[in-house]
Parts: sequence; C-alpha cells; structure tokens
Amino acid sequence: MPRVVVDVMLKPEILDPQGQAVANALPRLGVNDVASVRIGRRIEIDFTGEPDLDRAREIADKLLANPVIEDFTVHLVETDEPADARS
Amino acid sequence: MTARVGVVTFPGSLDDGDAARAVRIAGAEPVRLWHGDPQLHGVDAVVLPGGFSYGDYLRCGAIARFAPVMETIVDAAAGGLPVLGICNGFQILCEAHLLPGALTRNQHLHFRNRDQLLRIESTTTAWTNAFQPGQKVLIPVKNGEGCYVADTATLDELEAEGRVVARYVGGNPNGSQRDIAAITNPAGNVVGIMPHPEHAVEALTGPSLDGLGFFTSVLKHLVGAPA
Repeated sequence: MPRVVVDVMLKPEILDPQGQAVANALPRLGVNDVASVRIGRRIEIDFTGEPDLDRAREIADKLLANPVIEDFTVHLVETDEPADARS
Repeated sequence: MTARVGVVTFPGSLDDGDAARAVRIAGAEPVRLWHGDPQLHGVDAVVLPGGFSYGDYLRCGAIARFAPVMETIVDAAAGGLPVLGICNGFQILCEAHLLPGALTRNQHLHFRNRDQLLRIESTTTAWTNAFQPGQKVLIPVKNGEGCYVADTATLDELEAEGRVVARYVGGNPNGSQRDIAAITNPAGNVVGIMPHPEHAVEALTGPSLDGLGFFTSVLKHLVGAPA
C-alpha cells in the first residue's frame, strides 16, 4: 500500500535558527562548501484503505503545517510492508 | 457580583495555578476549566495559561487548538468574550487564528528566563485598560519559542490599527519582529502576550506588581461592558 508523505518546510522568508546552527557547526566537521541549511519535518501517513491525497492535504493544511510560517508538499511513496503490519 | 474568570488547564499547562491565583488577587473568582470539557461554566472571561500543552508536540499550541474547550472559546471570543493567552496561551491563540502571525523559536535558540521591561502600547483592550499609554511594566519572560513573526502587511496592519499591545524595551529577549510582546484582535477582547503577568502580582514572588493590571483591567472591562 502506498504511503502518503508530507514534507513541511519553513517558508523561505522565515528565519530558521536551527538550520543556521547546523550550518555554523559544519566547518567543525571540516565541511566548508555549504552555503545554507534549512530544517523541516517529514510526516508519513498510512491510511487504513487507499491513500487519500486530498484528505492528506487537508490534514497538512489544518494541523501538520502552519500556513503562516510553513509550506508543505504531499506525495506518495511505495512501501514494501503492508500498512497493517505497522502496529 | 464577583466576576468569574476561567483558567484552562491543558495536559502540560504549567502556569494555570499562578493564573488562577492572579485572578483571585485581582478580586475575581477563578474558575478552573478543563481542556476536554467544552463547557465554559458561565465564566465572564478566560485565561489560557503558559506551559507546554500536549508536550508542544508538532508546534507549540497546534494540538491544543483542537481541544474541545478551544472550539467553544473560539466561538465565544467571536461574540466578545475576553480571552487572554499568556506564553503558550498566546501560541494557542495564533494557532486557533484568533490572532494573526505565529510564535517561532527564539532567534538565538536559547530559552530566555528573566525579568523583562515592557511598554504598554494600547490601553483600549479588555486586558490593558488599567494601564496608562506608554507605561513601562516589569514582568517575567520565560520562553523558548517566543519570537513573534508575521508578514509585513500583517505587521503594518497591527501597527496602523493600534493592535500592538506591548513591546519589549531594554532588549528584545527572543528576536520578535518590531519588538512585539503582545497583540490584540480588532475588537480588543482577545490579547496574546508572551511574558507572564501572572508571575508579577505580589511582592513575595514577583519582580513587581505590574502584572496585576492585566487582571484588574478585565474586571473594569466587564463592569463597563454592556450585558
């Protein structure tokens, strides 16, 4: 059964202090060619029946993302395991 | 008749006890409300206290917004019920779209806990009419996600309509845009504030008694409000 994946990212104009902190730590790993890091959230949703992208968008718009500060995208990914095996 | 001011307890609320105490010290009767109970039990005003409702999972206030009590509060606020959201309560009011904008991670990423000077910018709201315009007050601030953000049009609208209720002075503790510490809705009955007036209501525990003004304001408002 395909799984619905929702990716939530801060809007480009919203400062991401977490991403900045990570970017600032990279030189300590010897990484000096990263211009910026932005941190978001990935949410995986398994429906009991057929995945419903419209329903997932509604969930994302109302709860998973705050449209004031965040954008989201919704897409399907194939999974090997059946949804009901993940209790 | 003593005014009845509800204080909501969500799972993870921390300052509901202090908020109820502040209501009592101001001269009203605190009424404890439960997140899972949609009834407001006849209260005249509501305080959403600070804390970490529902563990602040997902985003601060995002899950509390869907609590049964909040559905009732959103409707009642549209009808003029005075609502004060403090810290996490402010975050909940933004998530519930009773106030515009959002509260995000402090820009410096540190939790800030200190006594904070504020300037009261609007004294026409239900929660600030006991202050003088421009009055400086000292109340504690304690937050990790108190950075107020909104798009420029919203910020300009808040400023033009006099809906910035308080600003940080003497240093912005979290990077809030335009030093905003508190805002109100167009009707002035809903106020969200990041610092904690309920922690500044008596000499033993607070840096001042300045916080009391928010709670005495709503009593003044209720006396003057048309029934």
